[in-house]
Formats: sequence, structure tokens, C-alpha cells
Amino acid sequence: MQPFTRHTGIAAPLLQDDVNTDQIAPILDARGLKEDYQAMLFHRARRRENGSENPDFVLNKPQFRAAGILVTGHNFGAGSSRESAVWSMLANNIRVIVAKSFADIYRENCLQNGLLPVVLGPQEADAFAARVVAVDGAAPFTVDLLTQRISGPGGADIVFEIAGPDRTRLLEGLDDIGLTLKHKDEIVSWEHRTAAVQPWLQAVQDSRQ
Amino acid sequence: MPRTLFDKIWEFHCVGQRADGRDLIYIDRHVLHELHAHHAFAQLRKQHRDVHRADLTFAVQDHTVATKPGRDDDTNPSGSAFLKAMRDGCRQYGIRLFDIDDPEQGISHVVAPELGIVLPGATHAVPDSHASTVGGIGALAFGCGTSELAHILATQVMALKRPKRMRVRLDGRLGAYVNAKDVALRLIADLGVAGARGYAVEYTGSTIAAMPVEQRMTLCNLNIEMGGRSGFVAPDDATFAWLERRPFAPQGVMWDRALGHWRTLATDADAAFDREVTLDCAALEPQITWGTDPSQVVGISGRVPEPAAVEPSRRAAAESAFAYMGLVPGTPLVGLPVGRVFIGSCTNSRLPDLQVAAAVVRGRRVARGVIAMVVPGSSTVKREAEAAGLDHIFRDAGFFWGESGCSMCAGGNGDRGQPGERCVSTTNRNFENRQGPKVRTHLASPATAAATAIAGRIADVRQLPARTA
Repeated sequence: MQPFTRHTGIAAPLLQDDVNTDQIAPILDARGLKEDYQAMLFHRARRRENGSENPDFVLNKPQFRAAGILVTGHNFGAGSSRESAVWSMLANNIRVIVAKSFADIYRENCLQNGLLPVVLGPQEADAFAARVVAVDGAAPFTVDLLTQRISGPGGADIVFEIAGPDRTRLLEGLDDIGLTLKHKDEIVSWEHRTAAVQPWLQAVQDSRQ
Repeated sequence: MPRTLFDKIWEFHCVGQRADGRDLIYIDRHVLHELHAHHAFAQLRKQHRDVHRADLTFAVQDHTVATKPGRDDDTNPSGSAFLKAMRDGCRQYGIRLFDIDDPEQGISHVVAPELGIVLPGATHAVPDSHASTVGGIGALAFGCGTSELAHILATQVMALKRPKRMRVRLDGRLGAYVNAKDVALRLIADLGVAGARGYAVEYTGSTIAAMPVEQRMTLCNLNIEMGGRSGFVAPDDATFAWLERRPFAPQGVMWDRALGHWRTLATDADAAFDREVTLDCAALEPQITWGTDPSQVVGISGRVPEPAAVEPSRRAAAESAFAYMGLVPGTPLVGLPVGRVFIGSCTNSRLPDLQVAAAVVRGRRVARGVIAMVVPGSSTVKREAEAAGLDHIFRDAGFFWGESGCSMCAGGNGDRGQPGERCVSTTNRNFENRQGPKVRTHLASPATAAATAIAGRIADVRQLPARTA
């Protein structure tokens, strides 16, 4: 996983609650195993019915086309568990999402891929969103995970909280499977114990065969 | 100290704690589907890792399969690469695959319990947010992403933060044509789309005690629509009777031994929950969504809400939903003309769902101009429905009767509505564009969907005119 320490980019305001993964990464008609994640991001919102670009969608506005930070509301990433909703952010170099809250599975998918999910309290989030709107893409913000600060135009640095282990995982780009495999012995001994006390959990077979 | 059922299952399955504080939870049964599995197979190959317990892992082809009778890999051209990649991965790693032509193929959340693959008190994971459907038989399930899927394949555990515990107590006898779908929609409306985020939910109460196992699955299926990753019902005699002699369930002496354990699977009296919610279900009427998220719900006799009646923080979302859905506040739901009706998905595609719909449809005709589809949740459900003659009832009425799969729920197989079309659907998400670009989805129960297909307009199934013939 790509480690995350600091990211500087234009912050784009998508000031809605409950943005879901069908919106972020829609299932498209023509697709295959190798998807174009860059084109997938908000694919429907970015286009009008006739297929031309929708100039009103925030990421289509000239000042936000190269956004690196997305600023949004509550429950971001609701719905389907599709991880393409994270990969499509990274494919567009969006490496930070600042929200009032995240859906559980989406937040986990962020941590698995080095995308920093920043949660701010409602008032702080509103104040930051107002700054982002006021700056209107004229200057970037920097999100620093080492110091846990957002800095940029229009106000003082904002300190954000993140659980220590999640922070470490992002900073070090830790291999999640590798971390767990350090416990391989415990997994195997659990299997032995369970095979004795609840054997139906450790063996499954088609009784017709 | 008294413990909840969640605590008991979690603690039993906790293999250890990782350095980052996450609990390693053993996954007893892991089921993959073709839309996401190929990413995980590719990751394993790249990292030269093996599948730790292929014998506890199963796979289905469900998201991209065509529903057209006589289908094959290429009937849905955009799905064929996924089907083949799944087949290759399962062959390489020795995973039992229920392939497109398997007599027991179907939607993972329907197949796993109906074959007895998943069991009460077992942990279960699927790379799909509706994994907790199997909570209906008392399993603890986790929907997951693709990286987590690869993690489970390599280790057979998930690294999880322990959720909080919520108890939802449902009391009262359900009225005619009111079932778990209506209860779930009302709960989501009351709690909101993030109301259960961070919680594992136990459903209990007299409504649950009287609820058939398939409906419990519908209820647990919709748990994620209020943000909860895991939701379940403690197993009881109805569960055990439902599960006995299913082919992959334990048999004979082993069944008796398992049953002895399953009877202990209950929350202790006085066990504490982090949140308690109650709902009186006795007065509930059939429910239907009017908007573009599953919390935008009214009773079938209700109207599209006035903006002033919507909570201020939800008003912008409501305004956006009015526009997308082409609805004016104050309009009654009943009577809105529809172009399409879909009965199916992991939410409502089990045999009793189809029986309820068929009972409404029998001797009636789908209204002119309405495209109506029934897609059974598994090939087993399809066969059982055909043995009972349900396919004739649906086809005689003018319904399409399809091969099993996820179909129009997310449109991943090409089954979609037309732009602007209003669709009553027994699925789980009424998000914008989910069932096709600009499709206007109303979520409802199979009975409401069936009545709507007959009327050609959103209908209160309790007031459907008598059959003419």
C-alpha cells in the first residue's frame, strides 16, 4: 500500500450528505476486468444526458479539475461495498476526503488503499467547507498526517483526530495481510480448538456426495 | 457478566488481537461473487499467497449473469470476462463454484443459507454489503471490500474493530400483506440511513418470534441500508426446522450436537446494549419509498411529503429527490403510473416472496404498457417455484420469468429500466441511476410490487379490485 504522510492539493467542495458508492463509482454498461477508474469517478454526475460534460458538477469546474482533496458531508460512501469507489478517487489523485462522517465499509476501504479519511466535527466541518468555498480553488490546502493538521488559506490550521493504529497503518503503508499473518499460529491453534468443540464449523461437506 | 449474543459469537471467534488493536475474527464461511473476486485472485497471485481454507470458501456467479432463459456466458457480453475469471480463480485455488449452469447457482445471500452452507452462530463474509442477509438464521455476517476479501482468502480472518451493540425490539402482529420489507423500510425511515452505523444489530420481539425465517432474512438484508454492517436474529426452533437436512448442514449425530449448541445462542437476561430501539409493528401498513434513499419512506396511503414536513438537515436531499423522481410534494403515492415492476434480488426473491406475489397475480393480468419481471434468487428457488406452478401464474399474467441472479437490483447484468421510467422494485436501493440511468425506483414488498404490476399504477394491495374472471 502506498504510504500517506502529507498531501497538498486543491480542495473541492461536494457539500452533500449520504453520497453513495453508486454515485462515486457507477456500474457502467461497457466494462471489463480492467476498468478505467479515472473515468469512472462520478461518471454520471460529470455528464449530461446527451453525453457532453456537465459544467455544473464541481469536479468539472476549471478550478477543481485537478482537485486532490474532496470535502463533503455526513455518511460519505454509503451503500455498496465496491472498492472501486476508493480506487477511482486515487486514479484522480484525490488522496484525502474530509467529511462529517463515513460509512463503515467505505472508511475501511480507504484505510486499505492509503486514502486518508478525515472526520471533522459538524461545526468545524462547516467552517472548513466555508473556507474551501471561499478559496474556490485559488490556492491549495495541505493535509499532514504526521502533525494531524490541515493548513491553507483563509484561517488557522485545523487539528483532526484519527485513531492511532489507523494513522500508523497509513503512515507506514503497512501490508494488512502481512500484519495478520504474524498471528498465523494463533489462527491455526484456534482451528484445532474449534475442530474439537464445534466441529461443524471447521468442516463442511455436501452430504449428498 | 451477562453477554449479548453478539458478544458470545464475537468472543468465540476472536483468534487474537493485532498490534493495531483490531480483533482478528475467524470467518467460518466465506462466499465470493464474480464482480469482485477477480481483483482478489489477482492480488493473491501477485503476492504469491495461497488460499488458507479453500474448503470453507464458496463462490457464486450472480451479479453479471443474464436472466434470459437459455443464457450462457455471452448472453450478457459485459459479464463474460467476469464469469471466466471467476472460473479460472476457483479452479486454481480449489474453491467450490456454483457456476452459471449449476442447478444450485444463485445470489450468494440466497444460496448460502438455502444449502446450509452458513449456520447459526457462524461467522460469514461476502464482498457485498448485503452479506448480513444470513443474520436471519442467526449467523454473524460482515459485508466487505475487495482488499478485505483477499485478506480473508489468505488468512481466513478479518481484522475488525469491535462494533457497538444495538437491540431493535419489534412487537405486534403484522397486518394483512404487511411483512418484513415494510418493517425494515419503516425502521430505516425512523433511524435514518446511518442510524445503525458502527453497531451490530440484534432484532428481537414478538414480531420476530412469529416471523418466518425467509422474512427474517429480508429484515437482516436491509440492515446495511441504515448503515449497520451486521444484523441478526437469534436462532430458534423455526430456524432449526428450516435448516435441518439442508445438504451442506451437519447431518445425523453431528446435527444433534450442533443443535445442542445452537440452543444456547441467545442474549443473556440483563445483558446491556449500547442502544435500544423499539417499533410497534401492529399498526404498520405497507410501506414504499418516494425518494432516492431508502429512508425516504411513507405508508402506502401516504403522500410525497411537503418540504416543511422534512427535517431541515434532510430538506436539500428531499428537494433533489423530488426533482429526480419527478414528484410534486403532496402527491399520493397510490395512483402514480409505473412503467416497470421488478420482483427479485437478495432482499425479496425467496420462495415465500414469490408465493405472496403469485397469490396477488393469480387470475389477473399485468396492466398494458408495464414491463413486469420476476427473477428468482436461486436456481433452486426457481425449480421449487416451477414445481408449484408459480411460473405459469406469472407468465400467464404477462410477467417475464427469468433465470436466477442479481438482475435489476444493480443492473450489473444489463437488466435495466429506461430513462425516466418509474419502477416499483422489491430490491434494496432506490439510489439515482442504480437501476439504469434516470430510472425512478420505488422500493416496496413483493405484494405491493405485484399489485402495482396489475394496476399499472402504484397500488395498495389491500384494495386491489376483485378478479373479473
